[in-house]
Amino acid sequence: MGLELYLDLLSQPCRAIYIFAKKNGIPFELRTVDLIKGQHLSDAFSQVNPLKKVPALKDGDFTLSESVAILLYLTHKYKVPDHWYPQDLQARARVDEYLAWQHTTLRRSCLRALWHKVMFPVFLGEPVSPQTLAATLAELDVNVQLLEDKFLQNKAFLAGPHISLADLVAITELMHPVGAGCQVFEGRPKLAAWRNRVEAAVGEDLFREAHEIILKAKDFPPADPTTKQKLMSRVLAMIQ
Amino acid sequence: MALELYMDLLSAPCRAVYIFSKKHDISFNFQFVDLLKGHHHSKEYIDINPLRKLPSLKDGKFVLTESVSILSYLCRKYSAPLHWYPPDLHTRARVEEFMAWQHTAFQLPMKRIVWLKLLIPKITGEEVSAEKIDHAVAEVKNSLKLFEEYFLQDKMFITGDQISLADLVAVVEIMQPMAANYNAFLNSSKLAEWRKRVELSIGSGLFMEAHSRLMQLADWDFSTLDPVVKENISELLKKSK
Repeated sequence: MGLELYLDLLSQPCRAIYIFAKKNGIPFELRTVDLIKGQHLSDAFSQVNPLKKVPALKDGDFTLSESVAILLYLTHKYKVPDHWYPQDLQARARVDEYLAWQHTTLRRSCLRALWHKVMFPVFLGEPVSPQTLAATLAELDVNVQLLEDKFLQNKAFLAGPHISLADLVAITELMHPVGAGCQVFEGRPKLAAWRNRVEAAVGEDLFREAHEIILKAKDFPPADPTTKQKLMSRVLAMIQ
Repeated sequence: MALELYMDLLSAPCRAVYIFSKKHDISFNFQFVDLLKGHHHSKEYIDINPLRKLPSLKDGKFVLTESVSILSYLCRKYSAPLHWYPPDLHTRARVEEFMAWQHTAFQLPMKRIVWLKLLIPKITGEEVSAEKIDHAVAEVKNSLKLFEEYFLQDKMFITGDQISLADLVAVVEIMQPMAANYNAFLNSSKLAEWRKRVELSIGSGLFMEAHSRLMQLADWDFSTLDPVVKENISELLKKSK
Protein backbone atom coordinates (compact mmCIF):
# COMPACT_ATOMS: atom_id res chain seq x y z
CA MET A 1 0.00 0.00 0.00
CA GLY A 2 1.33 3.45 -0.88
CA LEU A 3 1.22 6.72 0.97
CA GLU A 4 -2.03 7.38 2.82
CA LEU A 5 -3.02 10.81 4.10
CA TYR A 6 -5.74 10.92 6.75
CA LEU A 7 -7.36 14.33 6.36
CA ASP A 8 -10.48 16.38 6.87
CA LEU A 9 -10.38 19.57 4.82
CA LEU A 10 -12.36 21.25 7.57
CA SER A 11 -9.03 21.37 9.44
CA GLN A 12 -6.46 24.04 8.56
CA PRO A 13 -3.34 21.85 8.77
CA CYS A 14 -5.03 19.21 6.62
CA ARG A 15 -5.60 21.78 3.89
CA ALA A 16 -1.91 22.72 3.85
CA ILE A 17 -0.93 19.07 3.40
CA TYR A 18 -3.57 18.43 0.76
CA ILE A 19 -2.49 21.41 -1.31
CA PHE A 20 1.21 20.57 -0.91
CA ALA A 21 0.80 16.94 -1.95
CA LYS A 22 -1.44 17.76 -4.92
CA LYS A 23 0.68 20.69 -6.09
CA ASN A 24 3.82 18.56 -6.08
CA GLY A 25 2.19 15.58 -7.76
CA ILE A 26 2.80 13.34 -4.75
CA PRO A 27 0.74 10.18 -5.23
CA PHE A 28 -1.41 9.40 -2.20
CA GLU A 29 -4.63 7.75 -1.09
CA LEU A 30 -6.91 10.27 0.58
CA ARG A 31 -8.46 8.77 3.71
CA THR A 32 -11.16 11.16 4.84
CA VAL A 33 -11.66 11.35 8.60
CA ASP A 34 -14.93 13.16 9.20
CA LEU A 35 -14.33 15.35 12.24
CA ILE A 36 -17.87 16.55 12.79
CA LYS A 37 -19.01 12.94 12.84
CA GLY A 38 -16.31 12.21 15.41
CA GLN A 39 -14.49 9.70 13.20
CA HIS A 40 -11.15 10.83 14.63
CA LEU A 41 -12.24 9.28 17.92
CA SER A 42 -12.78 5.81 16.45
CA ASP A 43 -10.69 2.80 17.42
CA ALA A 44 -9.81 2.28 13.76
CA PHE A 45 -8.30 5.72 13.46
CA SER A 46 -6.38 5.45 16.74
CA GLN A 47 -4.44 2.59 15.10
CA VAL A 48 -3.14 5.21 12.68
CA ASN A 49 -2.78 8.04 15.19
CA PRO A 50 -3.14 7.24 18.91
CA LEU A 51 -3.24 11.01 19.53
CA LYS A 52 -6.60 10.95 17.71
CA LYS A 53 -5.93 14.00 15.58
CA VAL A 54 -5.76 14.89 11.92
CA PRO A 55 -3.73 15.18 9.82
CA ALA A 56 -2.00 11.82 10.01
CA LEU A 57 0.23 10.03 7.52
CA LYS A 58 0.75 6.32 6.92
CA ASP A 59 3.57 5.23 4.65
CA GLY A 60 3.79 1.45 4.76
CA ASP A 61 4.26 0.69 8.46
CA PHE A 62 5.40 4.20 9.26
CA THR A 63 2.81 6.53 10.80
CA LEU A 64 3.27 10.23 11.56
CA SER A 65 1.25 13.04 13.12
CA GLU A 66 1.69 16.86 13.30
CA SER A 67 1.25 18.78 10.07
CA VAL A 68 4.65 20.50 10.19
CA ALA A 69 6.38 17.13 10.55
CA ILE A 70 4.24 15.67 7.75
CA LEU A 71 5.00 18.57 5.40
CA LEU A 72 8.72 18.19 6.12
CA TYR A 73 8.53 14.40 5.60
CA LEU A 74 6.90 14.88 2.19
CA THR A 75 9.45 17.58 1.35
CA HIS A 76 12.41 15.31 2.13
CA LYS A 77 10.99 12.13 0.63
CA TYR A 78 9.68 13.50 -2.65
CA LYS A 79 12.46 15.98 -3.48
CA VAL A 80 10.16 18.91 -4.17
CA PRO A 81 11.45 22.21 -5.64
CA ASP A 82 13.91 23.92 -3.30
CA HIS A 83 11.81 27.04 -2.68
CA TRP A 84 9.36 25.11 -0.51
CA TYR A 85 12.06 24.45 2.12
CA PRO A 86 15.30 26.04 0.92
CA GLN A 87 18.70 24.41 1.40
CA ASP A 88 20.19 27.82 2.12
CA LEU A 89 20.90 28.09 5.88
CA GLN A 90 19.25 31.45 6.56
CA ALA A 91 16.35 31.03 4.13
CA ARG A 92 15.48 27.68 5.73
CA ALA A 93 15.74 29.22 9.20
CA ARG A 94 13.13 31.81 8.19
CA VAL A 95 10.70 29.05 7.19
CA ASP A 96 11.42 27.14 10.43
CA GLU A 97 10.90 30.33 12.42
CA TYR A 98 7.43 30.87 11.01
CA LEU A 99 6.44 27.21 11.34
CA ALA A 100 7.45 27.31 15.04
CA TRP A 101 5.84 30.70 15.83
CA GLN A 102 2.44 29.96 14.38
CA HIS A 103 1.41 27.06 16.67
CA THR A 104 0.46 29.14 19.71
CA THR A 105 -0.33 32.40 17.92
CA LEU A 106 -2.02 32.65 14.51
CA ARG A 107 -3.08 28.99 14.50
CA ARG A 108 -4.74 29.33 17.87
CA SER A 109 -6.46 32.63 17.00
CA CYS A 110 -7.82 31.32 13.71
CA LEU A 111 -9.16 28.19 15.38
CA ARG A 112 -10.82 30.15 18.19
CA ALA A 113 -12.31 32.65 15.71
CA LEU A 114 -14.03 29.87 13.76
CA TRP A 115 -15.30 28.10 16.85
CA HIS A 116 -16.43 31.19 18.76
CA LYS A 117 -18.04 32.85 15.77
CA VAL A 118 -19.62 29.89 14.00
CA MET A 119 -19.02 26.37 15.24
CA PHE A 120 -20.15 26.79 18.86
CA PRO A 121 -23.38 28.67 18.11
CA VAL A 122 -24.32 27.01 14.79
CA PHE A 123 -22.93 23.49 15.01
CA LEU A 124 -22.91 22.81 18.73
CA GLY A 125 -25.81 25.07 19.66
CA GLU A 126 -23.76 26.67 22.43
CA PRO A 127 -24.01 30.45 22.76
CA VAL A 128 -20.81 32.46 22.97
CA SER A 129 -20.84 35.73 24.91
CA PRO A 130 -20.18 38.90 22.90
CA GLN A 131 -17.21 39.62 25.22
CA THR A 132 -15.61 36.25 24.48
CA LEU A 133 -16.11 36.68 20.75
CA ALA A 134 -14.78 40.24 20.84
CA ALA A 135 -11.67 39.15 22.76
CA THR A 136 -11.03 36.31 20.32
CA LEU A 137 -11.39 38.57 17.30
CA ALA A 138 -9.15 41.19 18.89
CA GLU A 139 -6.46 38.56 19.45
CA LEU A 140 -6.84 37.38 15.86
CA ASP A 141 -6.34 40.95 14.73
CA VAL A 142 -3.11 41.22 16.72
CA ASN A 143 -1.73 38.01 15.25
CA VAL A 144 -2.71 38.87 11.67
CA GLN A 145 -0.95 42.21 12.12
CA LEU A 146 2.16 40.39 13.42
CA LEU A 147 2.04 38.13 10.36
CA GLU A 148 2.15 41.21 8.18
CA ASP A 149 4.60 43.33 10.19
CA LYS A 150 7.10 40.76 11.40
CA PHE A 151 6.97 37.96 8.86
CA LEU A 152 5.77 39.34 5.53
CA GLN A 153 7.16 42.90 5.77
CA ASN A 154 7.93 44.04 2.24
CA LYS A 155 8.73 40.65 0.79
CA ALA A 156 6.74 38.82 -1.86
CA PHE A 157 6.33 35.77 0.40
CA LEU A 158 6.89 35.12 4.10
CA ALA A 159 10.40 33.67 3.86
CA GLY A 160 11.63 35.52 0.76
CA PRO A 161 10.96 35.95 -2.94
CA HIS A 162 9.32 32.54 -3.46
CA ILE A 163 6.46 30.60 -1.91
CA SER A 164 7.48 28.20 0.86
CA LEU A 165 5.86 25.89 3.43
CA ALA A 166 5.42 28.96 5.64
CA ASP A 167 3.04 30.65 3.18
CA LEU A 168 1.03 27.49 2.71
CA VAL A 169 0.58 27.00 6.45
CA ALA A 170 -0.28 30.68 6.96
CA ILE A 171 -2.83 30.97 4.17
CA THR A 172 -4.70 27.81 5.14
CA GLU A 173 -4.90 29.14 8.71
CA LEU A 174 -6.31 32.49 7.59
CA MET A 175 -9.03 30.79 5.57
CA HIS A 176 -10.48 29.53 8.86
CA PRO A 177 -11.71 32.96 10.02
CA VAL A 178 -12.56 33.79 6.40
CA GLY A 179 -14.84 30.75 6.45
CA ALA A 180 -16.36 32.15 9.63
CA GLY A 181 -17.10 35.43 7.88
CA CYS A 182 -14.20 37.49 9.27
CA GLN A 183 -12.75 39.98 6.79
CA VAL A 184 -9.09 39.44 7.70
CA PHE A 185 -7.79 40.90 4.44
CA GLU A 186 -9.92 44.04 4.56
CA GLY A 187 -7.89 47.18 5.20
CA ARG A 188 -4.71 45.14 4.67
CA PRO A 189 -3.73 45.66 1.02
CA LYS A 190 -0.24 44.22 1.55
CA LEU A 191 -1.61 41.01 3.02
CA ALA A 192 -4.35 40.82 0.38
CA ALA A 193 -1.71 41.12 -2.35
CA TRP A 194 0.28 38.33 -0.67
CA ARG A 195 -2.84 36.16 -0.54
CA ASN A 196 -3.34 36.62 -4.28
CA ARG A 197 0.28 35.70 -4.96
CA VAL A 198 0.01 32.55 -2.82
CA GLU A 199 -3.25 31.54 -4.50
CA ALA A 200 -1.70 32.07 -7.94
CA ALA A 201 1.43 30.10 -6.98
CA VAL A 202 -0.66 27.21 -5.66
CA GLY A 203 -3.15 27.34 -8.52
CA GLU A 204 -6.63 28.81 -8.15
CA ASP A 205 -8.49 25.56 -8.85
CA LEU A 206 -6.53 23.59 -6.26
CA PHE A 207 -6.90 26.43 -3.75
CA ARG A 208 -10.65 26.58 -4.28
CA GLU A 209 -11.00 22.79 -4.06
CA ALA A 210 -9.08 22.66 -0.76
CA HIS A 211 -11.24 25.38 0.75
CA GLU A 212 -14.68 24.32 -0.40
CA ILE A 213 -15.61 22.81 2.96
CA ILE A 214 -14.39 25.59 5.26
CA LEU A 215 -16.16 28.22 3.17
CA LYS A 216 -19.42 26.40 3.90
CA ALA A 217 -18.80 26.12 7.66
CA LYS A 218 -21.67 28.53 8.39
CA ASP A 219 -24.08 26.10 6.73
CA PHE A 220 -23.21 23.00 8.74
CA PRO A 221 -26.34 21.40 10.16
CA PRO A 222 -26.46 21.35 13.98
CA ALA A 223 -24.88 18.35 15.66
CA ASP A 224 -27.17 15.76 17.20
CA PRO A 225 -26.92 15.43 21.02
CA THR A 226 -24.85 12.22 20.89
CA THR A 227 -22.25 13.71 18.57
CA LYS A 228 -22.19 16.91 20.55
CA GLN A 229 -21.49 15.05 23.77
CA LYS A 230 -18.78 12.99 22.07
CA LEU A 231 -16.97 16.04 20.72
CA MET A 232 -17.46 18.64 23.43
CA SER A 233 -14.64 17.98 25.87
CA ARG A 234 -12.04 17.60 23.14
CA VAL A 235 -13.22 20.77 21.42
CA LEU A 236 -12.90 22.70 24.66
CA ALA A 237 -9.37 21.34 25.20
CA MET A 238 -8.45 22.10 21.59
CA ILE A 239 -9.37 25.77 21.65
CA GLN A 240 -8.15 26.82 25.08
CA MET B 1 31.69 39.19 14.87
CA ALA B 2 30.67 36.55 17.38
CA LEU B 3 27.30 34.89 17.59
CA GLU B 4 24.95 36.68 20.03
CA LEU B 5 22.40 34.70 21.99
CA TYR B 6 19.80 36.74 23.85
CA MET B 7 18.55 34.63 26.74
CA ASP B 8 17.35 34.34 30.29
CA LEU B 9 17.78 30.82 31.66
CA LEU B 10 14.46 31.12 33.48
CA SER B 11 12.97 30.30 30.10
CA ALA B 12 12.98 26.65 29.00
CA PRO B 13 13.59 27.39 25.30
CA CYS B 14 16.60 29.50 26.33
CA ARG B 15 18.01 26.62 28.35
CA ALA B 16 17.75 24.31 25.35
CA VAL B 17 19.69 26.77 23.18
CA TYR B 18 22.23 27.44 25.95
CA ILE B 19 22.87 23.77 26.68
CA PHE B 20 23.19 22.91 22.98
CA SER B 21 25.62 25.75 22.33
CA LYS B 22 27.79 24.98 25.37
CA LYS B 23 27.76 21.26 24.68
CA HIS B 24 29.09 21.84 21.16
CA ASP B 25 31.60 24.52 22.16
CA ILE B 26 29.87 27.05 19.97
CA SER B 27 31.44 30.40 20.67
CA PHE B 28 28.81 33.00 21.59
CA ASN B 29 28.18 36.13 23.62
CA PHE B 30 25.54 35.48 26.28
CA GLN B 31 23.36 38.58 26.09
CA PHE B 32 21.45 38.37 29.34
CA VAL B 33 17.92 39.77 28.90
CA ASP B 34 16.62 39.75 32.48
CA LEU B 35 12.93 38.83 32.39
CA LEU B 36 12.45 39.75 36.05
CA LYS B 37 13.82 43.23 35.40
CA GLY B 38 11.68 43.65 32.28
CA HIS B 39 14.67 43.92 29.95
CA HIS B 40 12.69 42.17 27.20
CA HIS B 41 10.61 45.37 27.03
CA SER B 42 13.66 47.61 26.64
CA LYS B 43 14.14 49.57 23.44
CA GLU B 44 17.45 47.76 22.83
CA TYR B 45 15.81 44.37 22.94
CA ILE B 46 12.69 45.38 21.00
CA ASP B 47 15.04 46.41 18.18
CA ILE B 48 16.35 42.83 18.15
CA ASN B 49 12.98 41.11 18.58
CA PRO B 50 9.79 43.23 18.40
CA LEU B 51 7.87 40.23 19.79
CA ARG B 52 9.82 40.75 23.06
CA LYS B 53 10.35 37.03 23.49
CA LEU B 54 13.37 34.90 24.25
CA PRO B 55 15.58 33.39 22.96
CA SER B 56 16.85 35.38 19.99
CA LEU B 57 19.96 34.78 17.93
CA LYS B 58 22.00 37.39 16.10
CA ASP B 59 24.60 36.17 13.63
CA GLY B 60 26.12 39.26 12.03
CA LYS B 61 23.08 41.01 10.57
CA PHE B 62 20.92 37.89 10.65
CA VAL B 63 18.41 37.82 13.51
CA LEU B 64 16.44 34.66 14.29
CA THR B 65 13.76 33.91 16.88
CA GLU B 66 11.98 30.71 17.98
CA SER B 67 14.15 28.18 19.81
CA VAL B 68 13.23 25.25 17.54
CA SER B 69 14.42 27.23 14.54
CA ILE B 70 17.55 28.42 16.38
CA LEU B 71 18.46 24.85 17.38
CA SER B 72 18.13 23.64 13.77
CA TYR B 73 20.20 26.59 12.56
CA LEU B 74 22.97 25.88 15.06
CA CYS B 75 22.90 22.16 14.22
CA ARG B 76 23.36 22.87 10.55
CA LYS B 77 25.78 25.76 10.78
CA TYR B 78 28.10 24.11 13.28
CA SER B 79 27.76 20.57 11.90
CA ALA B 80 26.64 19.00 15.16
CA PRO B 81 26.91 15.20 15.37
CA LEU B 82 24.13 13.72 13.30
CA HIS B 83 22.24 12.03 16.12
CA TRP B 84 21.03 15.46 17.30
CA TYR B 85 18.97 15.90 14.12
CA PRO B 86 19.26 12.59 12.23
CA PRO B 87 19.25 12.62 8.43
CA ASP B 88 17.29 9.36 8.17
CA LEU B 89 13.80 10.16 6.87
CA HIS B 90 11.79 8.36 9.53
CA THR B 91 14.00 9.22 12.51
CA ARG B 92 14.11 12.87 11.55
CA ALA B 93 10.34 12.91 11.24
CA ARG B 94 10.04 11.72 14.84
CA VAL B 95 12.16 14.67 16.01
CA GLU B 96 10.08 17.11 13.96
CA GLU B 97 6.87 15.54 15.20
CA PHE B 98 7.85 16.06 18.83
CA MET B 99 9.17 19.59 18.22
CA ALA B 100 5.81 20.54 16.66
CA TRP B 101 3.66 18.81 19.30
CA GLN B 102 5.47 20.26 22.30
CA HIS B 103 4.54 23.91 21.64
CA THR B 104 0.96 23.44 22.76
CA ALA B 105 1.06 20.11 24.57
CA PHE B 106 4.14 20.67 26.75
CA GLN B 107 5.27 24.26 26.95
CA LEU B 108 1.89 25.78 27.80
CA PRO B 109 0.85 23.36 30.57
CA MET B 110 4.35 23.34 32.15
CA LYS B 111 4.46 27.16 32.18
CA ARG B 112 0.98 27.34 33.63
CA ILE B 113 2.02 25.38 36.73
CA VAL B 114 4.75 27.92 37.48
CA TRP B 115 2.29 30.79 37.03
CA LEU B 116 -0.47 29.31 39.13
CA LYS B 117 1.62 27.85 41.94
CA LEU B 118 4.38 30.44 42.24
CA LEU B 119 4.28 33.61 40.17
CA ILE B 120 0.68 34.73 40.62
CA PRO B 121 0.70 34.30 44.41
CA LYS B 122 4.11 35.98 44.72
CA ILE B 123 3.25 38.89 42.43
CA THR B 124 -0.36 39.60 43.37
CA GLY B 125 -0.35 38.26 46.91
CA GLU B 126 -3.43 36.19 46.04
CA GLU B 127 -3.50 32.41 46.08
CA VAL B 128 -4.94 30.63 43.06
CA SER B 129 -7.91 28.31 43.68
CA ALA B 130 -7.14 24.64 44.29
CA GLU B 131 -9.56 23.83 41.47
CA LYS B 132 -7.53 25.79 38.91
CA ILE B 133 -4.29 24.23 40.13
CA ASP B 134 -5.74 20.72 40.04
CA HIS B 135 -6.89 21.30 36.48
CA ALA B 136 -3.42 22.50 35.46
CA VAL B 137 -1.74 19.55 37.15
CA ALA B 138 -4.14 17.14 35.42
CA GLU B 139 -3.17 18.69 32.10
CA VAL B 140 0.53 18.24 32.82
CA LYS B 141 -0.03 14.63 33.84
CA ASN B 142 -1.96 13.98 30.66
CA SER B 143 0.78 15.49 28.51
CA LEU B 144 3.43 13.42 30.31
CA LYS B 145 1.36 10.29 29.78
CA LEU B 146 1.17 11.00 26.04
CA PHE B 147 4.88 11.75 26.01
CA GLU B 148 5.72 8.41 27.57
CA GLU B 149 3.27 6.32 25.58
CA TYR B 150 3.63 7.90 22.18
CA PHE B 151 7.04 9.59 21.99
CA LEU B 152 9.34 7.79 24.40
CA GLN B 153 7.73 4.34 24.54
CA ASP B 154 10.33 1.75 25.57
CA LYS B 155 13.27 3.45 23.94
CA MET B 156 16.30 4.99 25.63
CA PHE B 157 15.67 8.31 23.94
CA ILE B 158 12.88 9.65 21.72
CA THR B 159 14.57 8.56 18.47
CA GLY B 160 16.12 5.37 19.84
CA ASP B 161 19.59 4.84 21.25
CA GLN B 162 20.94 8.35 21.13
CA ILE B 163 19.93 11.76 22.39
CA SER B 164 18.48 14.23 19.88
CA LEU B 165 17.12 17.79 19.90
CA ALA B 166 13.76 16.33 20.88
CA ASP B 167 15.04 14.99 24.21
CA LEU B 168 16.80 18.28 24.95
CA VAL B 169 13.66 20.32 24.31
CA ALA B 170 11.55 17.85 26.29
CA VAL B 171 13.77 17.78 29.36
CA VAL B 172 14.06 21.55 29.76
CA GLU B 173 10.28 21.89 29.45
CA ILE B 174 9.58 19.20 32.04
CA MET B 175 12.08 20.91 34.38
CA GLN B 176 10.11 24.18 34.25
CA PRO B 177 7.56 23.36 36.99
CA MET B 178 10.48 22.63 39.37
CA ALA B 179 10.54 26.38 39.98
CA ALA B 180 7.17 25.95 41.69
CA ASN B 181 8.38 22.88 43.54
CA TYR B 182 6.48 20.51 41.26
CA ASN B 183 8.67 17.60 40.27
CA ALA B 184 7.01 16.11 37.21
CA PHE B 185 9.59 13.29 37.09
CA LEU B 186 8.03 11.74 40.18
CA ASN B 187 5.13 10.65 37.97
CA SER B 188 6.96 7.63 36.65
CA SER B 189 10.23 5.79 36.98
CA LYS B 190 10.46 5.54 33.20
CA LEU B 191 10.43 9.33 32.99
CA ALA B 192 12.95 9.68 35.81
CA GLU B 193 15.31 7.19 34.19
CA TRP B 194 15.01 8.94 30.82
CA ARG B 195 15.83 12.22 32.53
CA LYS B 196 18.97 10.72 34.06
CA ARG B 197 20.10 9.47 30.67
CA VAL B 198 19.49 12.86 29.08
CA GLU B 199 21.29 14.63 31.91
CA LEU B 200 24.31 12.29 31.55
CA SER B 201 24.39 12.75 27.78
CA ILE B 202 24.41 16.51 28.22
CA GLY B 203 26.78 16.42 31.20
CA SER B 204 25.48 16.86 34.74
CA GLY B 205 27.57 19.97 35.36
CA LEU B 206 26.17 21.78 32.34
CA PHE B 207 22.64 20.59 33.11
CA MET B 208 22.79 21.88 36.71
CA GLU B 209 24.39 25.15 35.64
CA ALA B 210 21.66 25.76 33.07
CA HIS B 211 18.92 25.15 35.63
CA SER B 212 20.33 26.97 38.66
CA ARG B 213 18.52 30.29 38.06
CA LEU B 214 15.22 28.44 37.62
CA MET B 215 15.71 26.46 40.82
CA GLN B 216 16.32 29.67 42.77
CA LEU B 217 13.29 31.53 41.45
CA ALA B 218 11.09 30.82 44.47
CA ASP B 219 13.67 32.52 46.72
CA TRP B 220 13.82 35.67 44.65
CA ASP B 221 12.62 38.89 46.25
CA PHE B 222 9.48 39.59 44.25
CA SER B 223 9.05 42.98 45.83
CA THR B 224 11.86 44.11 43.51
CA LEU B 225 9.96 42.97 40.41
CA ASP B 226 10.12 45.60 37.69
CA PRO B 227 6.91 47.70 37.92
CA VAL B 228 6.27 47.55 34.15
CA VAL B 229 6.52 43.76 34.25
CA LYS B 230 4.21 43.66 37.27
CA GLU B 231 1.72 45.93 35.50
CA ASN B 232 1.76 43.81 32.31
CA ILE B 233 1.20 40.66 34.32
CA SER B 234 -1.68 42.18 36.30
CA GLU B 235 -3.31 43.32 33.04
CA LEU B 236 -2.95 39.84 31.55
CA LEU B 237 -4.49 38.26 34.64
CA LYS B 238 -7.43 40.66 34.60
CA LYS B 239 -8.09 39.82 30.95
CA SER B 240 -7.99 36.09 31.58
CA LYS B 241 -10.45 36.17 34.49
